[in-house]
Amino acid sequence: MRPALEIRNLSKRYAGGFEALRGVDLDIRRGEIFALLGPNGAGKTTLIGISCGTISATTGTVLADGLDTVRDYKAARARIGLVPQELATDAFESVWATVSFSRGLFGRPPNPAFIEGLLRDLSLWDKRDQRIMTLSGGMKRRVLIAKALSHEPQILFLDEPTAGVDVELRRDMWQLVRRLQAQGVTIVLTTHYIDEAEEMADRIGVIHRGKLILVEEKAELMRKLGTKKLILELASPVAALPPTLATTGLDLAAGGRELVYSYDRQAGDTGVAALLAALAASGLDVADLRTEQSSLEEIFVQLVEEPA
Amino acid sequence: MNWHAIRAIYLFEMARMRRTLLQSVISPVLSTTLYFVVFGAAIGSRISEVDGVSYGAFLVPGLLMLSLLTQSVSNASFAIYFPKFTGTIFEHLSAPVSAFELTASYVAAAASKSVILGVIILLTARLFVPFGIAHPVWMAAFLVLTAVTFSLLGFLIGIWAENFEKLQLIPLLVITPLTFLGGSFYSIDMLPPFWRTVSLLNPVLYLVSGFRWSFFGSADVGVGLSLGMTLAFLLACAAVVAWMFRTGYRLKP
Repeated sequence: MRPALEIRNLSKRYAGGFEALRGVDLDIRRGEIFALLGPNGAGKTTLIGISCGTISATTGTVLADGLDTVRDYKAARARIGLVPQELATDAFESVWATVSFSRGLFGRPPNPAFIEGLLRDLSLWDKRDQRIMTLSGGMKRRVLIAKALSHEPQILFLDEPTAGVDVELRRDMWQLVRRLQAQGVTIVLTTHYIDEAEEMADRIGVIHRGKLILVEEKAELMRKLGTKKLILELASPVAALPPTLATTGLDLAAGGRELVYSYDRQAGDTGVAALLAALAASGLDVADLRTEQSSLEEIFVQLVEEPA
Repeated sequence: MNWHAIRAIYLFEMARMRRTLLQSVISPVLSTTLYFVVFGAAIGSRISEVDGVSYGAFLVPGLLMLSLLTQSVSNASFAIYFPKFTGTIFEHLSAPVSAFELTASYVAAAASKSVILGVIILLTARLFVPFGIAHPVWMAAFLVLTAVTFSLLGFLIGIWAENFEKLQLIPLLVITPLTFLGGSFYSIDMLPPFWRTVSLLNPVLYLVSGFRWSFFGSADVGVGLSLGMTLAFLLACAAVVAWMFRTGYRLKP
């Protein structure tokens, strides 16, 4: 099946000379949730802006549903919805009016029943006649999402959708994104919150200094780059490792209360079996054990800290 | 053609007018009334007829044009500047809307407001002075054409302006002087020959003149020339707007 979004050799140099994107190639699969991670200024918003038409590319193309977003911009943009990072909303219009306006702007005939369903889904129905300026920040964010969904897009861009929103709204947002995915909508989201990508995404792309340095299935990424730790809690602290355990790669931690063994899950022989045998022979009294897997955050920090 | 978008923008803008009814309609009507009181009644009573028309009646097309120009420019410039200011312009830029559709809908809304306003001012003026309209169809045509042309000018000022000061700059420094010196309050026959020639360089003169002709059947310059100059100005503004959209000028980085 053709990808929902095909990005080819995309680069952007701003008037000031800043290179926000440097030759990005990326396919977004139909129906997936793709999380774009990267530090501030990495080029996430520029990538989204070019895909949606708010920024012009210096070189390269973006195809949405096979349609060139510059040459066939009308057909392409009709398929795309954008929730921007900034809370840019009208002030004096009612929620109902602004969401209906968006639907018209994107070329769809009025459909009050659809708008009603959308507002109910986003818990905005009670506020439909309220002026937007009277709403809280979280509610404004919901209004922006309603506007982006008002024309029933097939591809939805969420640029930092949960920046500065409370926990409840964040959970709501995640549920909404999953519901949309179930309806067949392709979702591209950028985020600073790595737990969000970890929680939501099917695939993850990491962008750094305008280059896509990694695109991977989330599970695969976690597996590939994740080192695992086995932590053994001792019944009584020891001052030093017994000589029989010196070559096993164990480290003493927590003031002699814990033994830590780091290993690569991908390796054929993780060494865990041998370790446990050596441990039994050493006579140390192990009270408890647990394992820890490196989070996406640690993986991410590792990636962007290495010279790109 | 994305008719749904044109309709959405047009209705959105007209709703904005309804919300701001007071400043949209009352203040221009009030200021026109003041002009009539000061220039028409107080000073005008000492001026004899101009081109065979009483000074009060002579003022009507000029004052109407003055309001029409100012209002068209301010309506349209504000309408497009405000989304830029608040950031909501992202939606217009990401929508499947062509530059032509975007411009047409904003200009149509701004021009509609101006025309409604023009009619209200015309009716207000009728309360102060008696006058007839010699060529009503031409009068309506000039009214609409001027409203469209200057809404287009306002639209490009709104795109050009990066702050509220610049938004006010052109209306204040260029349009107001041109309108006052364009024969709104006098016939250029009243000027010394040198200034009469200078006045012919003022595009507003042709608008006022053509408009006055539609009222009284006589004017400073021929009606054909008036029409031609207005259309030329319209095309010039349209060309600049088209260039702005093609290059993304001050709209898209």
